[in-house]
Amino acid sequence: MTLFPKIHQELPSQTAGPYVHIGCTPQMAGLETIYGGSHLGSKMVNENTLGIRISISGKIFDGTGTPIKDGIIELWQADAQGLFHSPAENRGKSDLNFQGWGRQPTDILTGEFHFDTIKPGRIPYLSSNKLQAPFISIWVAARGINLGLHTRMYFPEEVEANAEDPVLNRLEHQNRVHTLIAKPLEDGMYQFDIVLQGENETVFFDI
Amino acid sequence: MTNKPPSSGGFFPRNFQIHPPAYTPDYKSSVARSPKLALVSIGNGISEIAGPVFGHEELGPTDNDLIQNYSAKGQSPIGERIIVYGRLMDERGKGIEGALIEIWQANSAGRYRHTKDKYIGPLDPNFGGCGRTITGEDGQYEFRTIKPGPYPWPNGINDWRPSHIHFSLFGPGFSQRLITQMYFEGDPLIKICPIVNTIPDKEAIGLLIARLDMANTIPMDTLAYEFNLVLRGCRSTMFENRPEGN
Ligand SMILES: [Fe+3]
Repeated sequence: MTLFPKIHQELPSQTAGPYVHIGCTPQMAGLETIYGGSHLGSKMVNENTLGIRISISGKIFDGTGTPIKDGIIELWQADAQGLFHSPAENRGKSDLNFQGWGRQPTDILTGEFHFDTIKPGRIPYLSSNKLQAPFISIWVAARGINLGLHTRMYFPEEVEANAEDPVLNRLEHQNRVHTLIAKPLEDGMYQFDIVLQGENETVFFDI
Repeated sequence: MTNKPPSSGGFFPRNFQIHPPAYTPDYKSSVARSPKLALVSIGNGISEIAGPVFGHEELGPTDNDLIQNYSAKGQSPIGERIIVYGRLMDERGKGIEGALIEIWQANSAGRYRHTKDKYIGPLDPNFGGCGRTITGEDGQYEFRTIKPGPYPWPNGINDWRPSHIHFSLFGPGFSQRLITQMYFEGDPLIKICPIVNTIPDKEAIGLLIARLDMANTIPMDTLAYEFNLVLRGCRSTMFENRPEGN
């Protein structure tokens, strides 16, 4: 029985357009002073945040191989213990020094994005006890993207956990799994490129 | 923390009949930026049901007032003064309290304050063009701004955007994340806009058109437009037995 049925319709999506930076990362658009000088999500960790420091850099490529310079990218992740900083989290108390959310522009000149964060702990799959490999949820919006795109970044050193991960395992095309796994750079640094279209198109999720 | 916990284990599936498909060739920017392969459907676990929390203390007192948040002291931007207000709710009609709403828009001449906008319409020294707020009790929100002007854009040879305000919306769950645009009742440019027309369901376009609300204007000062915002709703669960609107 549905006690509270669906009575409204989610609003249709519209592209973020070429000037999404004004609304979401205004300092990148030339509004240096607004909102106290920094955008929400610009800093994910402070000195008291628990966990291994990592950084993630990358670019978002369109179907011609050109990096997107007018996009935004958001991360959403668990803390080092695998807990979310959210009222929906009922498995324990998450790290108060970690919101778990970050947002950055793709650079207006180079297209590169960069995040400093921590490596997330493992979380269960749906309502089961089975653990997923550590991952970070990613959301991308830009001109030409009609509905924001959800994907995930997994970690290259987690070979065993990735091999038994229930989400990675359910991909019909196992030759696409590599599009979700970051490339290791020097210690604690990862490269994660997102390909919107064409060869090596990143796996995007309907969540 | 100001978000209310979501009341169930997951969200209603997205209705892809009302969202633009990724590939919409009349909107040319989508051609090289549309994934060609199918989205992979995965269920809602804690990473999808939970979402970031924003506190009122992170925002400034004039962040939702675009007439004031960039203007010099004692001055205001040029244009038609408007209030845009409404309610953020889910598909079950439940108000979403404590959610972050961000907006951005062109000035009254149709020009954005952005290093890349080279349109001939002049910049307004007193207008920045962005605002943000956190929804109140029952999902209420409001912005004060000026009505943005239409502007031409490079797509077809003579394409113009109708007056519009871009909206970025958060709900309690990260899978509710949505960016959309608000249009103004009566604008003749709406029905010929290639971006509006990426929406396949013509009736659904009406959900993005704000209604002129003469009852909530400020006489001799400011017009009002009502624009209600709907995000995906939580499915009910057998554990949910609280009265509606909790
Ligand atoms: Fe626009």
